[in-house]
Amino acid sequence: MRTTELLIIGGGPAGLMAAKTALEAGAQVTLIDRNNRLGGQLIKQTHKFFGSEKQYAKTRGLTIAEKLITDLEDYHDRLKICLNTTALGLYRDRVVTTVCNDTYDKIHPQAIIVATGAFEKCLAFENNDLPGIYGAGAVQTLMNLYGVLPGKEIVMVGSGNIGLIVSYQLIQAGVRVKAVLEAAPVIGGYKVHASKLRRLGVPILTSTTVQKAIGSLEIEKIVTVKLDSNWQAIEGSEAEIYVDALCVAVGLSPMHQLLSMADIQMCYVSELGGLVPHVSEDYETSLDSVFVAGDVTGVEEASSAIVEGAIAGLMAAKKMNHLHPEADRILCEYRTQLDNLRSGPCGCKIRNGLGKLKENQHVG
Amino acid sequence: MRIKQHPILDFEPKRPILFRYNNQEVIGYEGDTIAAALHAAGIKVLSFSMVEKRPRGFYCAIGNCGSCHMTVNGVPNVKTCLTMLEEGMEVVSMETKVK
Ligand SMILES: Cc1cc2nc3c(=O)[nH]c(=O)nc-3n(C[C@H](O)[C@H](O)[C@H](O)COP(=O)(O)OP(=O)(O)OC[C@H]3O[C@@H](n4cnc5c(N)ncnc54)[C@H](O)[C@@H]3O)c2cc1C
Ligand code: FES
Repeated sequence: MRTTELLIIGGGPAGLMAAKTALEAGAQVTLIDRNNRLGGQLIKQTHKFFGSEKQYAKTRGLTIAEKLITDLEDYHDRLKICLNTTALGLYRDRVVTTVCNDTYDKIHPQAIIVATGAFEKCLAFENNDLPGIYGAGAVQTLMNLYGVLPGKEIVMVGSGNIGLIVSYQLIQAGVRVKAVLEAAPVIGGYKVHASKLRRLGVPILTSTTVQKAIGSLEIEKIVTVKLDSNWQAIEGSEAEIYVDALCVAVGLSPMHQLLSMADIQMCYVSELGGLVPHVSEDYETSLDSVFVAGDVTGVEEASSAIVEGAIAGLMAAKKMNHLHPEADRILCEYRTQLDNLRSGPCGCKIRNGLGKLKENQHVG
Repeated sequence: MRIKQHPILDFEPKRPILFRYNNQEVIGYEGDTIAAALHAAGIKVLSFSMVEKRPRGFYCAIGNCGSCHMTVNGVPNVKTCLTMLEEGMEVVSMETKVK
């Protein structure tokens, strides 16, 4: 069994930032990621980020990832990075089992930060398993990492920021986006992203969803249907669209499995995307010395993932008596940043979600 | 189909890699996963479901869903969306249950 002071599971923005503050505080860190490179969701994001300047807004996602990764270079004597390494299990005695190229291993760290991010939800409709139907993240991976086009003519399901941004990225790569479907009566994502698509002539059809996909071996066309105010299909409103790919962007759900496995106190909060852990102000879970940060605590944004990572990194290090020289000042700063990120009308859903989570904690 | 021109990203030509898909020769490129190389060659159907024999393509491309399983060099249930392509690989569709 291997040991390390701090084990961080997941090298997205949350895990990378957590590594940075914990290393600054003097801890010894092992960072594992199941992917063959660090950066999490960020490495697929070619657009300039929204959010606060402090968390690199107006910078392209992939550039933010590079920056966070280079920040760790100074610490190679105390940092071990294991790529292609998946955490399979988390046990109550804080043992983590991993697999890397068919080799199983166990790690017993003094503290753990789980920063596994989120996974894409899928949508129930007839023939939703036909080849050519992809999650939005898959389409991004295919295009932006491997330079391969998902198809020639595509329809996007979901007009949240991800649906809108990926539609734009598809057009940049040379794909024709025939329509964006949105079941709700209003567009989910930010107006800037929607306007960009509209200017390029992409129709965004609200109160409309996909009813079924049609094709023998691969998707050939879809049938769309209009929804009434009770989300019921309006008979006679069906329409066909020919496509060779369909992209589903209907939201993300926290990757809670490791936490659930260790019987950590969890709560279902729809505003946060699904099952999320109860956490203290320091982002520690109900299991001693197991911390969390990023989308796994509730689906938000890279900016908040970075700040949560910073806090979790500092607090996990503190738990092992590694005090960051400026801990108090930066903690206070990060907490204010989080509040700012969640303020305003866009942060309303997150504030409600976090409120519900807190209420439940008192009851539970 | 591969991206030829992109306003932000550069896709430089890479070393071609020859492999076999269901006994047919296919060319992929260095840095491709198996699923990406097949997709670029126009192959979307990776396997068939065990009972209903419904065609299966990849869905998540990051190892979450298992929709991209194929037999690779004789090993069944390999996630082709994560496995990097190698010269001479034998990639075969799965259709029946593995015993
Ligand atoms: C299309 C799109 C556009 C976006 N645009 C913006 C934007 O403009 N501004 C913004 O602020 N945010 C944006 N986001 C959101 C942002 O990318 C995420 O909120 C952020 O990446 C979450 O960070 P994270 O570190 O929690 O998780 P992730 O980035 O998802 O990283 C999690 C990491 O954990 C690894 N992992 C998971 N499970 C395991 C395991 N069991 N073992 C080992 N490793 C594991 C994964 O491989 C991954 O690398 C966008 C997201 C998408 C999809
Ligand atoms: S496509 Fe989901 S695991 Fe490979």
